[in-house]
Amino acid sequence: MTLIDLANPTRFLTLTARILPWLAATTAILLLIGLYQSAMAPDDYQQGATVKIMFIHVPNAWLSMFVWGVMSLAALGTLVWRHPLADVAAKAAAPIGAAFTFLALFTGSLWGRPMWGTYWEWDARLTSVLILFLMYLGLIALWRAVEDPSRAARAAAILTLVGAINLPIIKFSVDWWNTLHQPASVMRIGGSSLDRAFLVPLLVMAVAFSLLFITLHLAAMRNEILRRRVRSLQMMQASRTAA
Amino acid sequence: MAMSLGPYASFILISYLMATAVVLILIVWIAIDYRRQKERLRELDAAGIVRRSGRSTVDVQ
Repeated sequence: MTLIDLANPTRFLTLTARILPWLAATTAILLLIGLYQSAMAPDDYQQGATVKIMFIHVPNAWLSMFVWGVMSLAALGTLVWRHPLADVAAKAAAPIGAAFTFLALFTGSLWGRPMWGTYWEWDARLTSVLILFLMYLGLIALWRAVEDPSRAARAAAILTLVGAINLPIIKFSVDWWNTLHQPASVMRIGGSSLDRAFLVPLLVMAVAFSLLFITLHLAAMRNEILRRRVRSLQMMQASRTAA
Repeated sequence: MAMSLGPYASFILISYLMATAVVLILIVWIAIDYRRQKERLRELDAAGIVRRSGRSTVDVQ
């Protein structure tokens, strides 16, 4: 099966039905391993046990940006190639991305209180992630407000690509401005500055949350394809009734 | 081996509980949505509405 074949929604549904149970099982196992490793990780010499918040905060923060990246690629698919699944992919990803961004903000706030002495600070990193969260909500509202999926798709795609400007701002905000938030400690030139005792559980949790995203995204895409099928059939039913 | 979470145990526990709750809400929401769409397709099928391909509306995975 080639990528072109997947452009057919029916083939996509068939493939999704086959792989979703396996993906869900793998995600659950990896999450359990990650949670066990997070619980067993030693305390940090400065942060104590609060370092355990990192194992859920960082994967959610990474995914909050990654999901918008996926939506930006899908937006290109909508505007340039008019791929039949592109808007379905973007629309299905938005609520999941919003949930990850909310968790990044929430856990970051709870981590910040004992470390910085405050739940919130209007610095560049925190504010740019809050803007990302608001953009997710705006996109979801846009899709809900416009009834015709093809009209909503174009507007959402343009908004998504404009919002992608925020991604490098989030990533480099800690380098460009003075912020309370620490600079990158895993993905940086010269390698990770994290000790292996923290890095391994963090990477396991990051892979587990990434698989969780893929699983939920495929399931939500399947739902969106069915919703559009229901809509077109209902319109067919309405036109028959009118005739 | 008992695990000590120190003076900020509540911050750590609330973080993990919130993450669990949000992930569970996402899973339940997607599962309910799937059932709802399948149910609507079954109703349309029962009403004799078929796809242009002629396949049944419930002929989905």
